[in-house]
Amino acid sequence: MPREDIAQFTIRSVQVLSEEEDVDEELVPSLTDDQLLALYEQMKRSRRLDERAIALQRRGELGTYAPAIGQEAAQVGSAFAMADGDWIVPSFREQSALLARGTPPHKILWYAMGMEEGAEIPGGEGAFPPSIPVGTQPLHAVGIGWGEALQGRSNVAVTYFGDGATSEGDVYEALNIAGVYDAQTVFVCQNNRYAISTRLQNQTAAETLAQKAVAAGIEGIRVDGNDVLGVYRVARDAIEKARNGTPVLIEAMTYRRSMHTTSDDPSVYREADEEVEWEARDPIVRFQVYLEDRGILDEETKSELDDRIESEIAEAIDRAREGGEDIDPADMFRYTYDEMTPELERQFEAFEGDVDG
Amino acid sequence: MAEQLRMVEAVRETLRTELGRDDDVVVYGEDVARAGGVFRATEGLVDDYPERVFDAPVAESGIVGIGVGLAATGLRPVPEIQFQSFLYQGFHQLAQHVARIRSRTRGTITCPMTIRTPYGGGIHALELHSESFEAGFSHVPGLKVVIPSSPAETKGLLTAAVRDPDPVVFMEPTRLYRSFREEVPEHHEIPLGEARVVDSGDDVTVIAWGSMLREALEAVEDVGASAEVIDPRTLSPLDTATIVDSVKKTGRCVVVHEAPRTAGLAGEITARINEEAFFYLEAPLERVTGYDVPVPMFAREDDYLPDSERIAAGVHRALDDG
Ligand SMILES: Cc1ncc(C[n+]2csc(CCOP(=O)(O)OP(=O)(O)O)c2C)c(N)n1
Ligand SMILES: [Mg+2]
Repeated sequence: MPREDIAQFTIRSVQVLSEEEDVDEELVPSLTDDQLLALYEQMKRSRRLDERAIALQRRGELGTYAPAIGQEAAQVGSAFAMADGDWIVPSFREQSALLARGTPPHKILWYAMGMEEGAEIPGGEGAFPPSIPVGTQPLHAVGIGWGEALQGRSNVAVTYFGDGATSEGDVYEALNIAGVYDAQTVFVCQNNRYAISTRLQNQTAAETLAQKAVAAGIEGIRVDGNDVLGVYRVARDAIEKARNGTPVLIEAMTYRRSMHTTSDDPSVYREADEEVEWEARDPIVRFQVYLEDRGILDEETKSELDDRIESEIAEAIDRAREGGEDIDPADMFRYTYDEMTPELERQFEAFEGDVDG
Repeated sequence: MAEQLRMVEAVRETLRTELGRDDDVVVYGEDVARAGGVFRATEGLVDDYPERVFDAPVAESGIVGIGVGLAATGLRPVPEIQFQSFLYQGFHQLAQHVARIRSRTRGTITCPMTIRTPYGGGIHALELHSESFEAGFSHVPGLKVVIPSSPAETKGLLTAAVRDPDPVVFMEPTRLYRSFREEVPEHHEIPLGEARVVDSGDDVTVIAWGSMLREALEAVEDVGASAEVIDPRTLSPLDTATIVDSVKKTGRCVVVHEAPRTAGLAGEITARINEEAFFYLEAPLERVTGYDVPVPMFAREDDYLPDSERIAAGVHRALDDG
């Protein structure tokens, strides 16, 4: 019997703007100053929303909230590479990406206030609501990416999930089916090194998560997820490929700087030193220095931008509070089916106090 | 020695006792070791039994499926599924293998696994963190389904579940995890399949489990009726005799659950009453349940969950005194 090695693989890792502020001039995307500032502003907007949301949760105004602090570059960089008509299929920590794609912040707050109104997506918005069950939504993105292809359209679906999610069977099925149907789908795995308390080394024996693409026969690539320019570059290329029927898995290396959710206390399972170390590697700081070094961002622009974000989020909070005041509980009956079933109708009448039961 | 414990502590102490008593017991699940579980139900267990308490990858199908294999090697898996609705991710393993391995192999391979999982509403949790799918699990022959309603009951029932020769889905009402303390004996086993008569009475039987039991007790107090309140404790297999005997005495019955009404367990329970106590009935059987809608997010949750007021109205209807 002849013996030969019949398959090998390599995984490329990309970084455009290093922690030392060195730039890979060959890969740096050509973006205008306005675009660069928009990237920065979106990251800051998300950061501020998270900070305010955590405080609101502590005061009892929100339910469980999952901050994206530390992951803004991974989300904003990839969302920024999407085009009109593309779909975003998020998990539950994707406010940075959703804001960048145009979801108004009061909706994110409504969701955290336990209101279905926060998951209401007007037609044509190209977004799915948050997906709480880990690793389930990539399959929807494959359906979208394939469905668009079947109908001769070039729209792409970009789906987000975490390192922990790659342990779920659904994620393997999604990657595999995407390969079989040439789905117009990009998978963005944010490897923030934790699934609640579980570290990556207890999640998988694989050296990278990007290599999970290899077994599915699709492309896999790793990027420094705290480098917004690198993420944008890699996502833009991946989205272009997906538009032409080549699905791509991106592993964005980042760090969840904050708690898993507001119900979580990370001090139970990780050292404060580690958090301090990653504070210094914050994606917003890295990009801010880049912009300042090039004279794109000065003090004046920065304070203008901060003020704008501050008032936008304050308005969103007011709007969220107002909307929370007059919700109709009977709505729960209205959206279960196209038409209420006779039994549901009876239950609805009982709920309204018209009949017994 | 009896201790004053909350339900979540009763879970922990039972697991500690069983890990100590039986070297075959293995505890695993997402975040159960290092962090001690998201509800801290397994806190500290890994320190005492590092070789038998493990964190698992985020893979519920895997957590349930490997239990079949672990059990085949002679171990007694006691995994945790972080929230009940994520057991849907393991449902095919549950229905296709866990529940059937005994019957398929004519008793030669068995699966003495206890799957613990927090369930139910009332804590303002995220979407899909408040479901009550006990009817679904009960619909799978080969599984046992247990729901405790107090710390002491938790101790007795979880002990029995872990020692049971068959697979058990052990559903823990999150709303009761920290709601009250009670004396919990150090050694306590409650046989599965036996209901508890919580309060005896003559006029109406009220059946409720999990966190609904407290609401039911409050309701009968508000109504002021002489009610017999029964907690089935084991939903499958159901203790039909205790229920039927009670209804034969009272002639009236209200069944309460937070799960949706259609195809819920109240349907099964009232069917059994019809079969065995029909001629004793003095009024139509009443159901007070969740509505046939997905459990709403928490802003509307209180309007979905049955409470003492809705249960009291059901009791009045059963008593025909409205
Ligand atoms: C199917 C399922 N299992 C378990 C959970 C509970 N849970 C919520 S988030 C999480 C960890 C997810 O980790 P990862 O995929 O890395 O995403 P991250 O939270 O880090 O963004 C778990 C176990 C869930 N929501 N869904
Ligand atoms: Mg993670």
